[in-house]
Amino acid sequence: MSGVDAQRRAGAEACGVPNVNRERGQRQVFCGLAGIVWLHRKIQDAFFLVVGSRTCAHLLQSAAGVMIFAEPRFATAILQERDLAGLADCHKELDRVVAEVLERRPDIKTLFLVGSCPSEVIKLDLSKAAERLSGVYGGRVRVVDYSASGLETTFTQGEDTCLNALVPQMPVIADGSRSLLVVGTLPDVVEDQFSRFFQELGIGPVHYLPPRQASELPPVGNGTSVLLAQPFLSETARMLQKRGATLLSAPFPLGIEGTLGWLQAAADAWGIPEERVKEVTAAAVARAERGLARQRELLAGKRISFLPDSQLEVPIARFLQRECGMELVEVATPFLDRQLMEAELGLLPSDLRLTEGQDVERQLDRVREDRPDITVCGLGLANPLEAEGLRTKWSIELVFSPIHGFDQAADLAELFARPLVRGALLQV
Amino acid sequence: MQLTLWSYEGPPHIGAMRLAASMKGLHLVLHAPQGDTYADLLFTMIERRPQRPPVSYTTFQARELGSDTAELVKTTIQQAYDRFKPSVVMVGESCTAELIQDQPGALAQGMGLPVPVLPLELPAYTRKENWGANETFYQLVRGLLRSRVPAPGSERELRAAGARPKANLLGPSSLGFRCRDDVVEVTRLLDGVGVDVNVVAPLGASPEDLLRIPEADFNVCLYPEIADQACNWLERMFGQPTVKTVPIGIGATRDFLSEVARITGIEIDATEQPIWSRMPWYSRSVDSTYLTGKRVFIFADATHAVAAARIAAEELGFTVVGLGTYAREFARDLRDAAKRYGVEPLITDDYLEVEARVAELQPELVLGTQMERHIAKRLGIPCAVISAPVHIQDFPSRYAPQMGYEGANVIFDTWVHPLMMGLEEHLITMFREDFEFHDAATPSHLGPGTRKSAPEQAESAAKGETGEPTDDAGTIWAPEAEQELKKIPFFVRGKARRNTERFAEERGIQTITVETLYDAKAHFGR
Repeated sequence: MSGVDAQRRAGAEACGVPNVNRERGQRQVFCGLAGIVWLHRKIQDAFFLVVGSRTCAHLLQSAAGVMIFAEPRFATAILQERDLAGLADCHKELDRVVAEVLERRPDIKTLFLVGSCPSEVIKLDLSKAAERLSGVYGGRVRVVDYSASGLETTFTQGEDTCLNALVPQMPVIADGSRSLLVVGTLPDVVEDQFSRFFQELGIGPVHYLPPRQASELPPVGNGTSVLLAQPFLSETARMLQKRGATLLSAPFPLGIEGTLGWLQAAADAWGIPEERVKEVTAAAVARAERGLARQRELLAGKRISFLPDSQLEVPIARFLQRECGMELVEVATPFLDRQLMEAELGLLPSDLRLTEGQDVERQLDRVREDRPDITVCGLGLANPLEAEGLRTKWSIELVFSPIHGFDQAADLAELFARPLVRGALLQV
Repeated sequence: MQLTLWSYEGPPHIGAMRLAASMKGLHLVLHAPQGDTYADLLFTMIERRPQRPPVSYTTFQARELGSDTAELVKTTIQQAYDRFKPSVVMVGESCTAELIQDQPGALAQGMGLPVPVLPLELPAYTRKENWGANETFYQLVRGLLRSRVPAPGSERELRAAGARPKANLLGPSSLGFRCRDDVVEVTRLLDGVGVDVNVVAPLGASPEDLLRIPEADFNVCLYPEIADQACNWLERMFGQPTVKTVPIGIGATRDFLSEVARITGIEIDATEQPIWSRMPWYSRSVDSTYLTGKRVFIFADATHAVAAARIAAEELGFTVVGLGTYAREFARDLRDAAKRYGVEPLITDDYLEVEARVAELQPELVLGTQMERHIAKRLGIPCAVISAPVHIQDFPSRYAPQMGYEGANVIFDTWVHPLMMGLEEHLITMFREDFEFHDAATPSHLGPGTRKSAPEQAESAAKGETGEPTDDAGTIWAPEAEQELKKIPFFVRGKARRNTERFAEERGIQTITVETLYDAKAHFGR
């Protein structure tokens, strides 16, 4: 441990926040391109064009290609030898490919040019291309670029860089007006639930980023209060602040406690008293508690380890420990933004083994030694660990399921209870 | 740049991974950025393997690009060796690493590891997955056996009298289409005629097993895409003949056995064949009569495409209207086959080109890969999968070979299933206004659901993509003719529309009437 780390450790202990162990080595994670798999469904009028290699195309179709698409909403412009050797003008090539995409899909309103490892290593300037193409298709198609390379981004960070690229395009909010901006992809049903709470509390207008149609970007400015629904949005949050928005500090809306705290943060900003929030949420909270009680019976006392994947690990671990009675063995996250996690870290036990980064082989050694009841890990590791007799919960499902809010608290817990129930059921 | 909605093959390092994952006691170190570990999922999820593939990645990130990525390569190799103690280490690069040129193979060779180190050249921007697997297998076989090549002119040892001949099965691999069961089926097949299997590789083999390859009398090249280079080399260096017929389909299986007989000197007709197939009878039974002349489009790797065309034409009585492959390396075999069936060969790895050809030909059945399922969905055409790339549902739990006699049984069921069954097809043609059974409904044996006007979609795609004049210039459809066209069963309607338009155009007919429609029908005989 370096001197700096030791110092930080001492400083952290003083205020009761768990220490962070930094680890480096082989990382078993997705790159940000994987974000396209859910973003293309959320933003229905957008098309994602990755500029990269055959590997990038292969990743996307391995992840999403099990669904059969009549009209795919993403594609890859695969770099050829000619592009690398400088024999072809990459920008001309890109213009040609974009024209082909837009001819096939005239309904597309927003085209994302998505940067990859190869495009970044050869320093292909996609932002210039996006600017130029926006001009060419002016009025019809907005062209936006962002990086989702493995060099720069880990899994859900691909959504961060995508939303971050949309922020400069957002219109300016009218002078003197205010609004709440909820940031981070939420399933439509959850979004609607939150909207109803905000409406009853008298908070509004409420906008969501990303919107369901990229052509309908919400406004932003000095009157905007930002509530992050997802923990992996560091850059987007900073960019929104740059545009004058105020970031509300809150836990993430996972579990009853998190959702209450999250709604309360907005209520505070609108000067709504705690009692009113309690009143408005009482029925939903009671319902969630009833639902959670069943799952708690299955989960209480069980030991759980998290391998790094999505940055959702910390808030979910907090939920499982405080509301489901689970014991946290190790919680690892690919990246820890202390500022965004402030409210969360305070709710975690101060002696928690919290890891940022990964050295997968060493981490697996620890899992094998700890033998937790459940290990949360990616699909590259899940079946191999199952074969070693360890129960696992594959982590990617957590970004593909409605898990936020009161009415999903029991569903979230159930995702972790299910492998245990299944393990007990199977007699073969 | 090439616009790719779906790609038929992964990059070549995936081929190298398939090789490593097929075998035991091998470890592959890949110089690759963070995120390229997605490839592990192909093995743990799509193929449902219970172990991680034997691959370590350097997983470099942007912050490491400024510093010493070469050092990172060396650390990763050393750690992988220390932990897994493989008997051979292979070292390669992914596409991004190829750009930064750390020469990981050369670095590894300079590290003094106590086991053979095989550096792989995998040009990611010009070559693809199967090439990567083929090259890796060849380099491995050559690397391990080079020192055992007999001196030129030395005689091959004769098989002891009475001993059964032995064959190597080369080519089956991890993530290959139905390789697991094909090996079982071919082993049974060979056993039935008195031939033993010596080594199966790469699937399930260790480097030590590869050393035993020369002990066999001949090699069976089951998947030329993976093993043809290695087989050619073994033939040249060790004098082992190669059986080149791939036993997919009844006819091909018979030819395969004759080739084995010729090479080994076994009297095949004298051998009682305990294995048989139901397929020939199923295909001859009257229930299959309606399959006659069904128009089928085939696109796959070359091996499976060529085999499928023969089965379709000779064993099921379909009409092959299109035949293609994404495997350029094997284009010649496919061209020959296309000539046999009188169709234009389609050699391309461009998904959009395949889609355009299917739309143009308007087949009644598409036999292809996972990618053709997207095309078939868009055009509303029944589809069955015959080749990689495939997804999880095509790594089934049940015994599901494509090769040999049981393979033929599996193929019969799989290909006929997506087609509408005979009685339903007749009734839909006769009565068009049924609320439950109608054009827009999926065949009722495939469960509920509608096609969402898929036939119309297919028609409009045919219109748009062929660029033939329809409404604007030249020919137009009279409303009654358009109505009459709708009475033609959906699966041949697209073809009928195109034929009629062609017929009208050739004769300078401006407006297509009901009469024109039937004139065209009489002219084209369908």
